[in-house]
Amino acid sequence: MNNHHELRVRPIVNGTVIDHILAGQAINVLRILGITGVSDAVVSMVMNVPSITLGHKDIVKIENRELEEKEVDKISLISPSASINIIRDFDVVDKYHVEMPSIVEGMVKCTNPNCISNTNEPVTSKFVVRTDPIRLRCLYCEHVISEKIAEYLL
Amino acid sequence: MKFHRHHIISMKDFTRDEIDYILDRAGKLESLAKSGRSDILSGKILALLFYEPSTRTRMSFETAMLRLGGNVLNLGSKDTSSVIKGETLADTIRVISTYSDAIVLRHTSEGAAQMAMEFSSVPVINGGDGAGHHPTQTLLDLYTIKRESRLEHPDIAIVGDLKYGRTVHSLTYALSLYGANITFVSPQQLKMPDQIIDDLKTRGAHVNETENFDKVLNNIDVLYMTRIQKERFPDPTEYKKVANAYKITNKQLVNVRPNMIIMHPLPRINEIDSSVDNTDHARYFQQSFYGVPIRMALLTIVMGADI
Ligand SMILES: [Zn+2]
Repeated sequence: MNNHHELRVRPIVNGTVIDHILAGQAINVLRILGITGVSDAVVSMVMNVPSITLGHKDIVKIENRELEEKEVDKISLISPSASINIIRDFDVVDKYHVEMPSIVEGMVKCTNPNCISNTNEPVTSKFVVRTDPIRLRCLYCEHVISEKIAEYLL
Repeated sequence: MKFHRHHIISMKDFTRDEIDYILDRAGKLESLAKSGRSDILSGKILALLFYEPSTRTRMSFETAMLRLGGNVLNLGSKDTSSVIKGETLADTIRVISTYSDAIVLRHTSEGAAQMAMEFSSVPVINGGDGAGHHPTQTLLDLYTIKRESRLEHPDIAIVGDLKYGRTVHSLTYALSLYGANITFVSPQQLKMPDQIIDDLKTRGAHVNETENFDKVLNNIDVLYMTRIQKERFPDPTEYKKVANAYKITNKQLVNVRPNMIIMHPLPRINEIDSSVDNTDHARYFQQSFYGVPIRMALLTIVMGADI
């Protein structure tokens, strides 16, 4: 039963398959989910798989875990194309596309060092999200983040 | 039209109708701004909370409040006020808003006024936040153009530091609402950021850029000068060169439009030679005065007073 096909896409019993991740972003998806080399989660990651819609895509599978809303929102910021498949007992029980929220709160750090959200004030960062292309505008200082969003995720 | 706005934070919050409403109200208050005292805001207390000095802004708010018959609670600068030391701005705002009917905040961090608004139980007026917004300056600039020139489709040149001077950014945004034809004049290293130029163009503004000051002088209604700060230049000789290239003297005014006006947010360094002061074109001191009726208008609006 150990053919090479199964090696690449081993089905999971329970957990989440994040599909249609923008090629190259799978590692950032793992970062969002807090999966590091030392965590004991069972995770498989495939990168640069040919895809009809995207050209190439990444896929991440995590066993025995379903994502929180905040995690899904963060994934939407770095890969708006991603889809989430929730697997229970080998079956896909839910499947949906990530949706970019119109405002993100406490998820991204403002790039302006002089922004009030980067001080010791009791305030969480807030960004207004614009799409095509994706831009995050700080609600406080109006600085815009339009690239390398993954680097500023909190 | 009537509108009630609790807080004055960013020019981007305003529609053109709302700006017109504020300018109209300032017009009605202008003679009172010059002299006298009314009881429009009698019994009201305005707290001035300045984390960095700005004598002009602070004094014109004080004057505005006194002319309206109100009182001022002046918390001075950061160093002189023990209230502020070591405390978060959020806590200070929560406390001060229980002592006053409105707060004017000037702060060193961008977005401070926006945050203060979230913690305040009374209206907050942004008196400038870091390199960020300074809506009362923009409104008084618009009022000056309206009173001394024309606000509909003016030809305007904005000269100097367009990169770091973010109050210039909100001015250009507001001018775009009036169909202004804007020419940005600056050295290469202090150019208006591309992102803002693009933004203005999408809004349908007519925008040009040049490094050549003399080329635009004779074809404009408004010349808006700004400071070029030494700190922006690592090389002092480069600074000297630029400062001299973007300076105006009365000799350059020979062929300008007869009713062209010259504005400057003040204080000036030496962008405007004193030889210009007594010409028919100088309006920067008048502009400074117009800060009073504009701030009176805003104070009456945020505190819900009829005039
Ligand atoms: Zn910010």
